[in-house]
Amino acid sequence: MRGHPGHWAFLVHRVSGVLLALFLPGHFVALGAALEGEAAMDAFLAWTDRPLVKFGEWGIVLLLSAHLAGGLRILALEFLPWREGHKTMAALAAGVSLAVSLAFALALTR
Amino acid sequence: MSTRGETLLWVAQRASAALLALCVVVHLATMIYAIQGGLTAAEILGRTRGNLGWLVFYSVFIAAVVVHVPIGLRPVLGEWLEWRGTSREVFLVALALVLAVLGMRAVLGVFG
Amino acid sequence: MTQLRVRVWRGGADGGFQPFAVPRQASQTVLDAVTYIQRVLDPTLAYRFACRVGMCGSCAMTVNGVARWTCRTHVDKVARDGRLEIAPLRSLPVVRDLVTEMRGFFDKWSRAEGVFRGARSRRDAFERVAPRSAQRLNVEAGIECIGCAVCYASCDVVAQNPEYLGPAALNRAWTLLNDVRDVAQAERLRAVAGDAGCHACHSQMGCTERCPKGIAPTASIAGLKRAAMRALLAGEL
Repeated sequence: MRGHPGHWAFLVHRVSGVLLALFLPGHFVALGAALEGEAAMDAFLAWTDRPLVKFGEWGIVLLLSAHLAGGLRILALEFLPWREGHKTMAALAAGVSLAVSLAFALALTR
Repeated sequence: MSTRGETLLWVAQRASAALLALCVVVHLATMIYAIQGGLTAAEILGRTRGNLGWLVFYSVFIAAVVVHVPIGLRPVLGEWLEWRGTSREVFLVALALVLAVLGMRAVLGVFG
Repeated sequence: MTQLRVRVWRGGADGGFQPFAVPRQASQTVLDAVTYIQRVLDPTLAYRFACRVGMCGSCAMTVNGVARWTCRTHVDKVARDGRLEIAPLRSLPVVRDLVTEMRGFFDKWSRAEGVFRGARSRRDAFERVAPRSAQRLNVEAGIECIGCAVCYASCDVVAQNPEYLGPAALNRAWTLLNDVRDVAQAERLRAVAGDAGCHACHSQMGCTERCPKGIAPTASIAGLKRAAMRALLAGEL
């Protein structure tokens, strides 16, 4: 059954989870550059200072906040007393993740 | 997998999720704070070098990721790629090890 | 009199849709339309119904792509531009036309230990169950299931994993797990935990969205997950 809020919440959660899993090893390797000293890290940071990479960073923050909000939805659904507003919960998850990523985008461009 | 095994994975996934929820909120807040005016190595390392608090925080963060990512990918591999059985479990344990090694290497890198 | 254009599934799994024109009537249900086709237009049409008042759970079909109890679904509510497309329920083998084989669906209720197992005999006194106790209220929330399989047909996990017990069987197991008179709880939890049971649920809530009785099987399945966790941590699973 497609196209209802629960299905969208599931799809967003799964796709964002997979993409984050793919991103993480690269993220760790990049931070590991610190082992080779400040200069190596600054060289990497200079590489990230271009519009396309910035856009990618924003995308990853959006994925992370979406996965966080979707995960909180599942935890609430499984562990808190049952409530009817599950659609509200999915909408809230979408709203919170968008707000966080927008805050990041604003900070990014300052 | 056995009934007990599946239940254990479910518990581990929810426990790591709860831990990650806290870690990710802190991580997002730190990023939004730190990214303003651009990032420099000096700024990042100035915050983390020799700081035991961040060391503990990021170590817990990595531990939760090491548990959460493979368990989360497991049903995706099963349902979307039809990958089940022993080879899948071996791959996921290997992935956990890779994440643990790379993750702790990065944490120790920014600490010391 | 306006006509309703109804496309009805004919044949088995490899069948196809056959168009019919059905007179539009006030307060007409989808089941009324199907019955008109069978009585007036084509007596060979196979479909199932019994009570016509939403109690027996036998008339569920896929109406314009959505699983519904047809006896309590008004044409007004679901027809699009005077058109209906009526097919058998998803995820169940088609016997013929609108009739599906329900055996697998109900076998899963047995596999989920969906049968009451008590320890008292007719010579014992009645068990006292406090009507407002938490467990009794959990039973209350799930007990009105009529076994129509709308949830089962609306579940994407069932569609993908034929072994999955599905929302109805798990909901039944949850109502029994909350029955203080039942003495087979350990077996029941072992039967419903695992990747063919409650842990396969994705919490997409297709079942809860579609249940005509307003039951939330997602909530019941979440309850089973918590119960399995408690049993595991107590070393009883």
